[in-house]
Amino acid sequence: MTPEDLFGRLRTRFADVVLARGEVSVSVGPKELLAALEWLRDEDLGFDFLSDLTCSDWPELEPRYWVAYHLLSLAQGHRLRVKVGLAGDDEPHVPSVTARYPTADWFEREAFDFFGVVFDGHPDLRRIEMPEEWTGHPLRKTEPLAGVRTRFVGASIPPPDRRGT
Amino acid sequence: MTSSPGRPPGSPSTPTSTEIETRSMGVREDTMIINMGPQHPSTHGVLRLVLELEGEVVVGCRPVVGYLHTGIEKNMEYRTWQQGSTFVTRADYLSPFFNELGYCLAAERLLGVEAPPRAQTIRILVTELNRIASHLVWLATTGLELGAISVMLYGFRERETILDIFEAITGLRMNHAYIRIGGVVMDLPDDVPARVERLLNTLDSRIGEYEDLLSGNPIWHQRTRGIGVLRAEDCLRLGVTGPMLRAAGVARDIRRDEPYCGIEKYEFDVPVADSADAFGRYEVRIEEMRQSLRIVRQSLERLRPGPVMVEDPKVRWPAQLSVGPDGIGNSEEYVRHIMNESMEALIHHFKIVTQGVKVPPGEAYVPVESPRGELGYYVVSDGGQHPYRVHIRDPSFVNLQSVPALVTGGLVADVVAAVASVDPVMGGVDR
Amino acid sequence: MPAELVPGVQIGRGEDAEEVRRGLLLTTLGKAVAWARKNSMWPATFGLACCAIEMMAAGAGDYDLGRWGMEVFRASPRQADLMIVAGRVSQKMAPVLRQIYDQMPEPKWVISMGVCASSGGMFNNYGLVPGVDTIVPVDVYVPGCPPRPEMLMYGILRLHEKVQREARIT
Repeated sequence: MTPEDLFGRLRTRFADVVLARGEVSVSVGPKELLAALEWLRDEDLGFDFLSDLTCSDWPELEPRYWVAYHLLSLAQGHRLRVKVGLAGDDEPHVPSVTARYPTADWFEREAFDFFGVVFDGHPDLRRIEMPEEWTGHPLRKTEPLAGVRTRFVGASIPPPDRRGT
Repeated sequence: MTSSPGRPPGSPSTPTSTEIETRSMGVREDTMIINMGPQHPSTHGVLRLVLELEGEVVVGCRPVVGYLHTGIEKNMEYRTWQQGSTFVTRADYLSPFFNELGYCLAAERLLGVEAPPRAQTIRILVTELNRIASHLVWLATTGLELGAISVMLYGFRERETILDIFEAITGLRMNHAYIRIGGVVMDLPDDVPARVERLLNTLDSRIGEYEDLLSGNPIWHQRTRGIGVLRAEDCLRLGVTGPMLRAAGVARDIRRDEPYCGIEKYEFDVPVADSADAFGRYEVRIEEMRQSLRIVRQSLERLRPGPVMVEDPKVRWPAQLSVGPDGIGNSEEYVRHIMNESMEALIHHFKIVTQGVKVPPGEAYVPVESPRGELGYYVVSDGGQHPYRVHIRDPSFVNLQSVPALVTGGLVADVVAAVASVDPVMGGVDR
Repeated sequence: MPAELVPGVQIGRGEDAEEVRRGLLLTTLGKAVAWARKNSMWPATFGLACCAIEMMAAGAGDYDLGRWGMEVFRASPRQADLMIVAGRVSQKMAPVLRQIYDQMPEPKWVISMGVCASSGGMFNNYGLVPGVDTIVPVDVYVPGCPPRPEMLMYGILRLHEKVQREARIT
């Protein structure tokens, strides 16, 4: 199915569908996520493979956290991005999709580790990349890069996030 | 006291000697939890496996990753778009060109530019050579871990010949930052096509040597056949792609299904096996090396003179590099132009090198077929000079989730063979 | 091996000079021990990231580390006397690094290979330790990203010179 056909097809079910640069994106709320994924999988669109699951942080927007699911249909070859916007609390919650897509296991642990997004229903939600006793969620925009000042002979260069350009 | 292995039915319950020993010494027959790694010669890098063993049989496995986490994704948010190539190239360090290619294709999709045809052909040339080099390292380290130590030396010998080509083209043996947004950073030197041609002839026979050494070898068969089996349905549910999926019988290859850089015009086959075990993955990777040789040969035939970087002055990396008396540098005409002749050109050069391109707001996801599977780049831009969010969908990260399924129920000695057949690169897993 | 080639050896000028030339060495115990140590230094496998691949390439056929008796990378740190920290050391890996270093018996040396191990490299962020010399004492720093095998060999030879020069018995 071409991106244009997919776009038209999804417009019948979802309100917030965007076609840009040949890619189709759908935005849903956290409560409709599981139902939307069921529909996308079971209808003739056949999105049965989860390629990627990640999060981005937009501290000036509301919702603040946007979890992106990249789906692929193996039989038909088309791709789709499903985005879920979460409010900017300290612990945003979203349902886990590991029951449907077991590959989401480590992806969700990584999103929890880096952004603090809690996936309800995940079998074992704990940090994966940072040490277990680490506090904070490093990839949030409010967390610093935490680099060190580099001292040369005759100069001192601050880390990239404190340079002012 | 007799210690017969089984008791005939209906006999009185005479304990076996093992039970008597166990009871008298107070030894518990529990499982043993041992730790394999992160510093271990056979875990392909800093992977830690917590294994629960009952005797020699693995009853549980929990991989722990993160020992190489570098914060590449966060670092890129503070650097310009063009500098991103140098960061992503160090994620999956055995396939650096693929990292750069995925990132640059995603950024080019946001910018709405396409690299010129010669750049696309060069990109295919170096990425397919990289695939061969990566599979050679896989073969070398897998052979070393399974005890075929001379395969390690042969694999690295071949890889050195490929690294010589990379050094001639990009200046570096690894971590090149050669593929930039808009094309590649400089053109091929004049002697490179002939050198690649000579390399192709030797590599073909060398791959034949590996097959002679290993494919019929009964020790290799015993160590890899039936080890680490992961059938197609489990592969797809776990998100496994690449040679692991193709060894399970699913002919999915992004070069075929979602082609990039004009690879749809090249003739090559996608090797598939159906044993879904470590031996099948070995066969798939050997055949992939051969197919990559075919693609490299075709890319040499397709090379036509032309620019290697887009013309758009707001995007193109402004270097016109050539070999100067000290090794490398901007060509003399270019330096004369920006220093003597045109102030605007100098200002433009300065701005684009220090501040970088401005990528329009949006997001893009571009997958490429790396030697380990689907390598995807999810790039988000807010319209500025720095990437807002770059996420690397690394195939090793996803493939490593399948390790508990591969090793549970097998012997602890087969853990090494199973993990080796996954071909994880911890730089990509941890980023 | 001819007596003249062993460093630090003095060949006498007296009546026993002829005997010396026929194979008798005069040296201090420290220098002899240092000579033996530097010619059979066994590295521990501590390859972390990209530099590990170049370290393996240095141990392979083209740039053979076996010329100096170093191609046997010991898996167990208890059997090794050189730790080549090859690659970026993350915060999670730092305690493991220290533990491996502590498990090595004396005398032991550390080569910090690559810029990430020497100073944190191009990654100046929350995830990495900015230089392993904050955790273990380093003898030789080999810069590069990654250093060519020849650069690593140069660092190893400088370490050999250091060992010979120090000539410790303990």
